[in-house]
Amino acid sequence: MAKDELTVEKKIKEKEEIVESLLTPGHKACSGCGLALAARTVMNTAGKDIIVTAATGCLEVFSTSYPHSAWKMPWIHSLFENSAAVAAGIEVALKALGREKEAKIIAQGGDGATADIGIGCLSGMFERGHNILYVCYDNEAYMNTGVQRSSLTPFEAWTSTSPSGKVSWGNPTEKKNMPAIAAAHGIPYVATASVAYLKDLEKKVKKALDIVGPKYLQIHAPCPLGWAHEPYDTIKVAKLAVQTGLIPLYEMENGVITSVRKIAKKAPVEEYLKLQGRFRHLFKKPGFEKELERIQAMADATIKKFNLM
Amino acid sequence: MKKVIEGSMAVAEAVKVCRPHVISAYPITPQTHIVENLSQFVADEELKAEFVNVESEFGAASVVLGASATGARAYSATTAQGLLLMVEVLFNIAGLRLPVVITCTNRAVSAPINIWNDQQDAMTIRDSGWIMLFAEDNQEAADMHLQAFKIGEHPEIMLPVMVNMDGFILTHAFEPIELLDQKVADEFLPPYKPELYLTTKNPLTFGILAEPDWYMETRYRLQKAIEASSDMIEEVADQFKKTFGRYQGGLVEKYRLDGAETVIVSMGSVVGTIKEVADELRDKGKKIGVLKIRAFRPFPKEAIYDALKNVKNVIVMEKAISLGATGILYDEIKAALYGRPNQPKVSGFIAGLGGRDIPKESIVKVIKKGETSEVDNLFVDLKEHLIGGK
Repeated sequence: MAKDELTVEKKIKEKEEIVESLLTPGHKACSGCGLALAARTVMNTAGKDIIVTAATGCLEVFSTSYPHSAWKMPWIHSLFENSAAVAAGIEVALKALGREKEAKIIAQGGDGATADIGIGCLSGMFERGHNILYVCYDNEAYMNTGVQRSSLTPFEAWTSTSPSGKVSWGNPTEKKNMPAIAAAHGIPYVATASVAYLKDLEKKVKKALDIVGPKYLQIHAPCPLGWAHEPYDTIKVAKLAVQTGLIPLYEMENGVITSVRKIAKKAPVEEYLKLQGRFRHLFKKPGFEKELERIQAMADATIKKFNLM
Repeated sequence: MKKVIEGSMAVAEAVKVCRPHVISAYPITPQTHIVENLSQFVADEELKAEFVNVESEFGAASVVLGASATGARAYSATTAQGLLLMVEVLFNIAGLRLPVVITCTNRAVSAPINIWNDQQDAMTIRDSGWIMLFAEDNQEAADMHLQAFKIGEHPEIMLPVMVNMDGFILTHAFEPIELLDQKVADEFLPPYKPELYLTTKNPLTFGILAEPDWYMETRYRLQKAIEASSDMIEEVADQFKKTFGRYQGGLVEKYRLDGAETVIVSMGSVVGTIKEVADELRDKGKKIGVLKIRAFRPFPKEAIYDALKNVKNVIVMEKAISLGATGILYDEIKAALYGRPNQPKVSGFIAGLGGRDIPKESIVKVIKKGETSEVDNLFVDLKEHLIGGK
């Protein structure tokens, strides 16, 4: 081999080592899956000395179908609603066995597993003060079962159980403020992130893992299938969610907001909504302008509340 | 050393010598005294363990699941509504092959709400893959916990075990109890060393998705493991006898079966009363025997057939019913005898639901009925005036 080729090969090898992922190729996530990107980023940022739990949902389905597993770190999936409690069991077991230095613990769940069915176990984990990072992958509906509405589904989004129709504009309620609920437990660190800003996400994961106690990280992660947008638009959609003000990115330490991601140039909500089939009805039905105004007002209120501009 | 203590304290003392790493529980009557005592042991450092107070029984079962998967010895206790709230996790613990031990202080299931004893709670989760043992008295309940961890943690078994003891009747009763010596217990039950557990040293994936090509075989292996635990239950009972000098039976306990024409089959504390009745009737020359079911899962059908094959009348008395069908134990006893040579006549009685007393006179009546007729689903001591009768 020529010298140049050797150098190139060495460089490739070095790069491979850098990007060696704890989520290995061959998993079954859809193309453009925001959740896969978010989970991969969280795990790789945390590094291999972790033990993770997962709630039932797309994540375990696409990555752990027997006899294959896409994960290189210890992983356990138990049920839909107990990811936080299983993680708590792991944490106390490590303590009791004198192995607490072995690994950091990350519990994971989707928006339904976190804000709906698993909120009891999650609240218990927060309140008891376990040293666990809980990550909520928020794709705003029950995607694994076919796009049903969760309490983190946004206002007037179509889902298969909150459809638009003759007398319906889609989901009638606003997205539940889950980070505020987490913060109300008095936990030391709460943050929101987005797959559109991976460096920001990495920074938050690192920071969270350095803090002792319960941490909550909610990552906005588009689902091309459920949101009905093009798979290549995942990052674009995620970015617009932030730039409209609908999804504020911030950190709360000990109950106080300590950082927000400022919006340089505010995008109108139409730009975000138009890219997604789940909001198609908002541009069709008579009287839609009024609905768009309502959503714009919500975005503006969030911008004001978090001082995003 | 013998001490007169409450049943719940006897169990807490027994759990203490098992040296669990993690205990997690949610309070529910009549389980509370067990976990109160254990939390005091932890507070006083008599027991070095993590005691996790959780937001629900669902959380308790999930915490012990996570702890056990990490290689810890884990314990919980509950009853009735709490057990039912755990159900989803209980199936999961068995499917993950985690040797957790849970005490169920058997109690009636709501509605109407009733905190007193029957066995409907445990019988309702009989299909979950747990080994289910039933204690007759507090000594047996205490001893059963040490046996339970040993059975469940055996590398060839790796199954969770539920120790059942009747709520109030046992949990709140004071009896002289031979306490388990820590040193001897340590020899009997060595530290838990699972082959596979959550560790960064050997990063494995637990709780996978098994598609139709794989699922059935995992259930088959679970069935084979729980079947195999039959021998282990017997073996551990024998080992326990060798070590501690006490034997309460393995899968079943045969009481005065020699030449018995009529045998009463039952589980739990009522067996004590039934034995007394049998003694009294034997004194009068009646050929009465008792078969105590100690292990309900695995269901010891061979041991049952062996005990009942030369009997004329079998009377099953139980504190639970599969509504719309029959008594659960009754149904399974009949199935164990079905089509076999010398099949006896079997009658089923439902008794003691929601804490209704089962006095000796009622047992005598039940025996008479079972000897002279063949009945199923006969509710014992119903108050006719409350159900529109005379």
